[in-house]
Amino acid sequence: MTLGSVPPKFKVSIDRDQCMDCGRCIENCSYGVYRREGDKILIESRKCTACLRCVAMCPRDAITLTEKPVDYRSHPVWTREAREDIINQARSGKIILSGMGNARDLPIIYDRLLLDACQVTNPSIDPLREPMELRTYIGKKPSKLNFRKTESGDVELETKLAPNLKLDTPIMIGHMSFGAISLNSQLSMAKAVAETGTFMGTGEGGLHKALYPYQDHMIVQVASGRFGVNIDYLERGAAIEIKIGQGAKPGIGGHLPGEKVNEEVSKTRMIPLGSDAISPAPHHDIYSIEDLVQLIRSLKEATEWKKPVFVKIAAVHNVAPIAAGIARSSADAVVIDGFRGGTGAAPKVFRDHVGIPIEAAIASVDQKLRDQGVRNEISIIASGGIRNSADLAKSIALGADAVYVGTAALVALGCRVCGNCYRNLCPWGIATQRPDLVSRIDPEAGAAQVSNLIHGWTLELSELMGAAGINSIESLRGNRDRLRGYMLDEGMLKILDVLPAGA
Amino acid sequence: MKTVRIDAKGMHYTPLNQKIRAAVAEGAEEIVLDNVLGQRFIGDGLRGNVRIIINGVPGGDLGMFMSGPTCIIKGNAEHAPGNTMDSGMLVIHGSAGDAVAHGMRGGKVFIKNNIGYRGGIHMKQYEVEARPILVIGGTAHSFLGEYMAGGLVLVLGIGKEKTMTDRGIGSGIHGGEIIIRGEVDDYLLGVGAKKFEFTEADLERIAPTIKSFCEQFGYDPAEFLDTNYTRIGPASSRPFASKYVWE
Repeated sequence: MTLGSVPPKFKVSIDRDQCMDCGRCIENCSYGVYRREGDKILIESRKCTACLRCVAMCPRDAITLTEKPVDYRSHPVWTREAREDIINQARSGKIILSGMGNARDLPIIYDRLLLDACQVTNPSIDPLREPMELRTYIGKKPSKLNFRKTESGDVELETKLAPNLKLDTPIMIGHMSFGAISLNSQLSMAKAVAETGTFMGTGEGGLHKALYPYQDHMIVQVASGRFGVNIDYLERGAAIEIKIGQGAKPGIGGHLPGEKVNEEVSKTRMIPLGSDAISPAPHHDIYSIEDLVQLIRSLKEATEWKKPVFVKIAAVHNVAPIAAGIARSSADAVVIDGFRGGTGAAPKVFRDHVGIPIEAAIASVDQKLRDQGVRNEISIIASGGIRNSADLAKSIALGADAVYVGTAALVALGCRVCGNCYRNLCPWGIATQRPDLVSRIDPEAGAAQVSNLIHGWTLELSELMGAAGINSIESLRGNRDRLRGYMLDEGMLKILDVLPAGA
Repeated sequence: MKTVRIDAKGMHYTPLNQKIRAAVAEGAEEIVLDNVLGQRFIGDGLRGNVRIIINGVPGGDLGMFMSGPTCIIKGNAEHAPGNTMDSGMLVIHGSAGDAVAHGMRGGKVFIKNNIGYRGGIHMKQYEVEARPILVIGGTAHSFLGEYMAGGLVLVLGIGKEKTMTDRGIGSGIHGGEIIIRGEVDDYLLGVGAKKFEFTEADLERIAPTIKSFCEQFGYDPAEFLDTNYTRIGPASSRPFASKYVWE
């Protein structure tokens, strides 16, 4: 091997004075960093992914982890990553696979948007005393309401309303399939959304029986592989989502490797044990916007027009006209997934280079729909890199109705964003099907953590709204006057329709 | 047998399907639809064992997500009959459009004549009880059985000198089988598809399907019960396993 080895990414060391030799690090590390030889715990740093499971489980804080212990000669163009990717491909001749979301150090627009607050001229509202209306309805809204008077003199609504999802807080959990993640992860999140009055997506992995008790809080996904899709599945879901694209890998399909297709996954997806589950790049029954209309209507017809149907697309260059087309297609919501959206596995070149930021996509879609007078026809759900309640508030102010979080919910379950989801070895029991690892998540405890996160963000959102003198989420939605751009260029400010700070 | 007749003339698909559902709920065993002209989604998501006779030309996604019923179509069908169908049967006395039996996971689709592009694309199976079968009496256009993950596609080439002349057969196939009457030129095969010898054991396996097809359309099965077929299957059940390297 003329290329030799590349330097280890991390160096793990144990403070031997602190170490009590309990061996928890050995038990917890599924990557095989630690082993016992004689009376000593030996360390193989090269296997470390910085998942931090050992650090979290060490009772003595004896473990230290250093990133890039041996680095290359620094160079602004030929970064470590650029050099190592070449070495990797020179060895393999293959596509580099990566996990989680975009890992490039690109500016984050959310961080350059600032929220407003009231001072003197209009009073802020104290959410402790005043009710804050966070209830959000996802689905079509009528352009006007007609009423009629009954004989008894009462007023009755004449307009027929389309089915909507009722959210107690505008935070939903996005689609992560059983297969990509474990059943215990899904169960934890399902319990959490049921408790907090919101919804989560199934992903394209079917609906496991264990999730049936939470089906009224589940959005069932129909993607190009049609895994686990039958009439029973469609009827169980509170809503149906057609996945066209994903922010982490716009334009391509998905391959769940056969290693992750165990008996339960195979049963839920309705595919043979151990076979690759391949979702093609397009839906092969959708080659045009007319075909999309047909799929939406076929889903509505199958479920007797009782369920809202969402269409999820990746945020790409022409996202606004695409969303405008979707708004005319009988869909009830469009989900836009920005280029920072996460994934269990995606070609690195796609994860890091394809798509556009969610902030710009929300603003341009909302604007386009308003310009065309169809904003009421469709709700906007934003996702892809939403990290905290500020990102949530800014998304809504830019024009979203609600958000999907993915990575944030997984971090609430223990994920440390190491990005090795595709290896089936997740030591936190999330992105794995190995029973010993999956059992590390107790769905009750997991549910409490995820629902704590949703509660926390919801409280913060109420406080932010109150400070801005807003007592209803409706008044924050698309209210770009309550945002200011900081260090954003003129072109971006124009797209976002936001004034610069100070203006 | 309890038969219900519905005149579909000028009717939108939603009220038509509502009438069909209502008839099934009231215990109809056979439903005859007259004057069908382009109504989509007939039998969409329908359950039960009802037999539906369709007089006319139904629109796209006939029998989509259907679970159980049998539809006999006295005419041609449009785009994607049997799309994501679960179980039951479609018998089409004519030809059909593109994406026939797309993502189908069970049941049978029999087409008397020809189909368009992408027939049987991404059909899949789970164990023995859910194994979809698509039989085409005539021929099919390109990408037949593309991405196929399970089930059986059988093309009989009745009245054709060569059964298949379009390319891309079984590209990306990773499960199931495509059986084609007579020889198939190598250049017609898609990436990942491979020809296998068609044996007596294979004939024994597909004979019930051939007989059932012939019974529907009044052909003599004896004409088709020999080993003059080409069997096409996946070169690997993990076509993408060697495409990627870890970061």
